[in-house]
Amino acid sequence: MSAPLLAVQGLDLHYGDAQALADVSLEVAAGEIVAIVGANGAGKSSLIRAIHGIEKPTRGRIVFDGQDIAGGPSHRVCEAGIGHVAEGRQVFPNLSVLENLEMGAAPKRARAAERKTMERVMALFPRLAERRDQAAGTLSGGEQQMLAIGRCLMGQPRLVMFDEPSLGLAPTIVQEVFRIVRRLNEEGLTILLVEQNVQASLRIAHRGYVLENGRIELSGAGGDLLASDRVRQAYLGL
Amino acid sequence: MDFALAFAQAITKGLLTGMVYGLMALGLSVIFGVMRVVNFAHGEIMVVGMYLAWLGFELAGVSPLVSLPAIALLFFAAGYALQAGLITPFINRPEHQQFLLLLAIAILLVNVCLVLAGPDARGVQSEAMFDSYAIGPLVLDAVRVHAALAAIAIAGLLWAFFTRTRTGKSIRAAADNHMSALVVGLDVRRLYAFTFGVGSACVGAAGALMITIVPVNPFLAAEYTLLAFVIVIVGGLGSMTGALLGGLLIGVSEAVAGLLLQPSLKSMFSFGLLILVLLLRPQGLFGGKAGT
Repeated sequence: MSAPLLAVQGLDLHYGDAQALADVSLEVAAGEIVAIVGANGAGKSSLIRAIHGIEKPTRGRIVFDGQDIAGGPSHRVCEAGIGHVAEGRQVFPNLSVLENLEMGAAPKRARAAERKTMERVMALFPRLAERRDQAAGTLSGGEQQMLAIGRCLMGQPRLVMFDEPSLGLAPTIVQEVFRIVRRLNEEGLTILLVEQNVQASLRIAHRGYVLENGRIELSGAGGDLLASDRVRQAYLGL
Repeated sequence: MDFALAFAQAITKGLLTGMVYGLMALGLSVIFGVMRVVNFAHGEIMVVGMYLAWLGFELAGVSPLVSLPAIALLFFAAGYALQAGLITPFINRPEHQQFLLLLAIAILLVNVCLVLAGPDARGVQSEAMFDSYAIGPLVLDAVRVHAALAAIAIAGLLWAFFTRTRTGKSIRAAADNHMSALVVGLDVRRLYAFTFGVGSACVGAAGALMITIVPVNPFLAAEYTLLAFVIVIVGGLGSMTGALLGGLLIGVSEAVAGLLLQPSLKSMFSFGLLILVLLLRPQGLFGGKAGT
């Protein structure tokens, strides 16, 4: 097997004395959708932020495309080819939709094809094209999530980390978000998906990891995890 | 009729000086708006700008309006280095620690000025000081008109920077949502240093303009820091338009106070205005809702 696109090995993360991640190891191969599921507070967002270099891990290695990226800084991690759609639709509320998208092209390697990527994003999300000059803060929750995804694509990432993309959205929009994640993957993007929505995310994921109290407790193919007793009892209430 | 003319004269004078005040306050507002760092050395940086422009004039006969771009550039570099080197480690610390750091910088700057230039007032005596423009019955000092026009031009450049350039937009983005800025991969530290550079360049330029109107002495520094605070609080903290309009308002109120009472009481009007604004509209005249 060829080297994975992203490999996390023995990652620890502390907030003061509290340990958020303990000895987390995972791999994401190019072209995969990998889901990390777990309850609220299990450390899912911490893991994403640690990979991105926004939080500094206390121990462990993070290798992306042969490069050790542990500890950031975060703009270098983006430059290396990792995109991040953060929890809670973090847009720039006072900037226009267009300016938000422009900011997505922060990595220098994404600048050359910025215009072309913009056209692609506008085609993918026609609503954003309609509202290009509107302040992002005036968009609906679903539109803001589309903007956050579009903005991330502007950086031309090879791997995108989605942090709870369905959180707080109406059920129809949740479906739409999962549909988009799948479509982006079919177009060649590698995806690391962090979700509380265990069923929906394991269903579209090739592989998954179950995170509990900062530790990986279970891993396997998405379908196998969905069928496992432990996941069914703990997360699906079956 | 005579009084009406004198009144109109005072208001125009106040508006012209107010533009320069506005530019000075803009520097403070940009830095606060983006980083939530209050630059307590603002008036001191202004005074250093005034001294440099004075020095250029004394030593080489260069008009402050001509040395202004060089001073702005130098202040940009100094501000950038100051933020990157000294202020960055303090950015997440409690406010009183930031206050102590910037106060130390202020004391340092003002005393360097005192040692090098002495306590006496230094002014620029140019030909233009005696020129004036007449608009109907109004007589406008040429130096004031030039300074105001230059301040407007610089504010315009700044606006273009923040709305047209990638770096300018990125700075607004980082001010808007810090976490988002990290998420999309903006180099926030570099942007912060750039912001402090831009703020310093603004106030340095304002200093070069101010020296054409007012002679400088080291003790003006504390006065200008206070004045810049009054302006941005009246105008609305963090609002660029607020800083400019606040500058005009304070400029006019000082000039009117000078006319109605006496020039030495001019600050009374600005402080009165400050108290009124804090009582009636604490977010400032042009600021958003309090707490945002």
